[in-house]
Amino acid sequence: MRAALFLTCVNDAVYPSTGIATVRLLERLGVEVDFPEGQTCCGQPQYNTGYRREAQPLVRRTSRVFAGYDYVVTPSGSCAAMVRGHYPDLGGEAAAALAARTYELTEFLVDVVGVTDVGAYFPHTVTYHPSCHGLRMLGLGERPRKLLEAVRGLELRELPGADECCGFGGTFAIKNPDVSAAMGRDKVHNAAATGAEVLCGADNSCLLHIGGMLSRESGAPRAVHLAEILASTEEEPWS
Amino acid sequence: MSGTYLGMPAFPVAAREAVGNETLRANLRHATHTIRDKRAKAVAELADWDRLREAGKRIKDHTLRHLDRYLVQLEESVTAAGGVVHWAADAAEANHIVTELVKATGEREVVKVKSMATQEIGLNEALEAEGIAAYETDLAELIVQLGEDRPSHILVPAIHRNRGEIRDIFRDRMASWGRAAPDGLSDTPGELAEAARLHLREKFLRAKVGVSGANFMVAETGTLVVFESEGNGRMCLTLPETLISVVGVEKVVPGWRDLEVFLQTLPRSSTAERMNPYTSMWTGTHDTDGPSTFHLVLLDNGRTAALADEVGRQALRCIRCSACLNVCPVYERAGGHAYGSVYPGPIGAILSPQLRGTESEIDASLPYASSLCGACYEVCPVAIDIPEVLVHLRERVADRGGKGHRLEKAAMKAAGWVLDHPRVMAAGERAASRTRRLHPSKPPGAGAWTDARDLPELPAEPFRDWWRKNRANDIEDGGA
Amino acid sequence: MSGTERDGQSRDGGGASVGSRERILARIRTAVADAPEAPGPVRDYLDTHTPDDRTVDLLAENLADYRALVHRTDTPELPALIGRLLADRGARTLLVPPALPADWLTGTPEGLTRIADDPAITAGELDAVDSVVTGCALAIAETGTLILDAAPDQGRRRITLIPDHHICVVRVPDQVVASVPRAMDRLDPTRALTWISGPSATSDIELDRVEGVHGPRTLEVILLTE
Repeated sequence: MRAALFLTCVNDAVYPSTGIATVRLLERLGVEVDFPEGQTCCGQPQYNTGYRREAQPLVRRTSRVFAGYDYVVTPSGSCAAMVRGHYPDLGGEAAAALAARTYELTEFLVDVVGVTDVGAYFPHTVTYHPSCHGLRMLGLGERPRKLLEAVRGLELRELPGADECCGFGGTFAIKNPDVSAAMGRDKVHNAAATGAEVLCGADNSCLLHIGGMLSRESGAPRAVHLAEILASTEEEPWS
Repeated sequence: MSGTYLGMPAFPVAAREAVGNETLRANLRHATHTIRDKRAKAVAELADWDRLREAGKRIKDHTLRHLDRYLVQLEESVTAAGGVVHWAADAAEANHIVTELVKATGEREVVKVKSMATQEIGLNEALEAEGIAAYETDLAELIVQLGEDRPSHILVPAIHRNRGEIRDIFRDRMASWGRAAPDGLSDTPGELAEAARLHLREKFLRAKVGVSGANFMVAETGTLVVFESEGNGRMCLTLPETLISVVGVEKVVPGWRDLEVFLQTLPRSSTAERMNPYTSMWTGTHDTDGPSTFHLVLLDNGRTAALADEVGRQALRCIRCSACLNVCPVYERAGGHAYGSVYPGPIGAILSPQLRGTESEIDASLPYASSLCGACYEVCPVAIDIPEVLVHLRERVADRGGKGHRLEKAAMKAAGWVLDHPRVMAAGERAASRTRRLHPSKPPGAGAWTDARDLPELPAEPFRDWWRKNRANDIEDGGA
Repeated sequence: MSGTERDGQSRDGGGASVGSRERILARIRTAVADAPEAPGPVRDYLDTHTPDDRTVDLLAENLADYRALVHRTDTPELPALIGRLLADRGARTLLVPPALPADWLTGTPEGLTRIADDPAITAGELDAVDSVVTGCALAIAETGTLILDAAPDQGRRRITLIPDHHICVVRVPDQVVASVPRAMDRLDPTRALTWISGPSATSDIELDRVEGVHGPRTLEVILLTE
């Protein structure tokens, strides 16, 4: 099985470790991974801020770059939701075709590869924040939790108010800084109250926000992308 | 809408104060979480909720598509049942019609059922200017009126007040409006409700004119419907000799049977009950039972402008349940006043800019008062895709290029160009990574971000460089 | 045809309101001219959520859940029950709808003054009355709702509103339907309808529910097996 990694701009520039983990994880499961280097950004920041026209060249580019692949996998619920939810309206036929072939990482693992136990080892306490776009736009449901529950050594702790937004919301964090920070602080306090070592998410843009607040407020737990946990094994542990 | 809100500051400015008010935050958090959990239970009782939701959406969409036809049919039905129908294009006209109708009765006071439409048009202020006293009779509206305050929630307008504040308002203000609060009034909800009962009863018993809105109007039969809890609605709808109902044109539904959908979805979404304590349905006038004169004022006031917008028109499906407020993380922190409108929360953020236009600072900022988390859409009993409308309205604001948006547009264009040229983007990423040790943890210009959060340390190299070193066989830059 | 055309009031506004009806209708037609057709609802939602043999019990449960006081009796025992409820309440005056079955009130306490529902009676006079006994048009089990349609055994809407104590008799199982959809067919929309689900209540103070604000603070429901 061959799949193209749609890493997304934030992961490329700021969180390469998530990309590397995704590649290792997929390869371990026998998926042949390709990274089309023409990829940049899905256009969500522009689109969600009201710049539909400015988003369109990026929609066309992304649709073109990934045109040759049966499966396009992204470790970002938010970017997957952009492609699936809005591409058909924004970029015509090619974009609609991409929308139909794009999978968020946990969907790809559970629905396409057909695994929940990916053979991971992660001896830490973890709490999981389901990001809004994955939760509500993609309907990821129990997939991330099932994957985490199958990880050896991992103890999963309930995050109070898990389904509440962390307050990132792209440019929302910049345009409404006070409300965004208030939402983030509540998320951070809930995460800290679990006593978990790691706050896991499947969207690094949310983790950028939550992690930035954790770093400022308490330092614990540490924000880690789900892909990095799933990539971790006894032979090659996460560090 | 009402002049009360002209000159409101933009949402982020107004929200800052609320975010800093710990008492208000605690009141709102307690209230919204309580009702949100109750709603989830009430909705879970109905196995066919999704089908009811879809039916409600379709009834509303179908009605809006043929709104002219259904309004004309409603007018005929109401007229045949003994009512008189008036049409008001805007707030000023509606206020004028109502004022003249009240004057014609010779009365100087009216009792009012809680009504969003009359708040929207600022009816109380318009009546007051003509020397007519309008008494709000819903408990929360009474609290707001006596406290010379503004409502902050659609269902529970005094949600921002705690019991101690309410006791003080009753003790200090009731006497100047009528019957004074009992001596030694405590702050228990039971005693406060009793004080309101006594204060308002004398007004109900002598009232000659009642003013209401309506939750629904049935075109087929001419029936108007008001959902309520306290009985103040029944008082206002049945005791006066004259009843004047001011209702937005979008409140019409085609047939009697359509009510069976909303009678199931509205109470569960709104007060989180299987059914609210009282629902009144009346059709014109009913002989010796209730008002002998009934006027229906059909209100446009920006609704037809919203109807013309292919994305925005879905906001007119709204049945004012306020479920979206109760699940909104932004409303929970910012409170209702920051929205600068009688319609706060997510629905307000898409309704106000459509009804009033996006010219004012507050209206131009409302479409951005959301993290697009989608919780509002999930609970909406008529499936209004609020995030979709928010993004659409952002486009409208950005297109107008008002304050701050010209610069933003230029930045978006520049970023778009970079992102459309992967080599340029990659070069930028590499430069940032190479110089990462030199970056301050609080770079200038990133204030809004770094006031509350640290920025992550940049990696030694972007992913694409790792890929080239470790995986790529072919180093052609595929998309440049 | 329209009320507007007969109505002088709305023409006094310096001409601005003349033709508002036509203006609004024209705006609507322009606004939706290019809108796609929107078909009406598919009524695939459930007609009922309750097995037929459960409706009366469910009605009783749901009424009680919203703080109505529920009693069950049969025809021979009804007058005594009504009499006892009025006596327990200490009622001295009782409002009586025009066509309440006469035998319902054969067991009322000594000295109870009956007041007929007369259009001439003022709201202030009604305020001095202690209790009211009525029948009903229908009851809905799933929502714990009583529906009054102002028929002669129920009287005008105000008589079940101003007194503080309302006793409502529901004939079971005939007057009980399972669900809201099943109620719609059995109601006449041209009548004045009042749907009552428990005594009046408010949650306006810190969302703390308080029963009894303006309507009757005590609602007693008698489920009558005939």
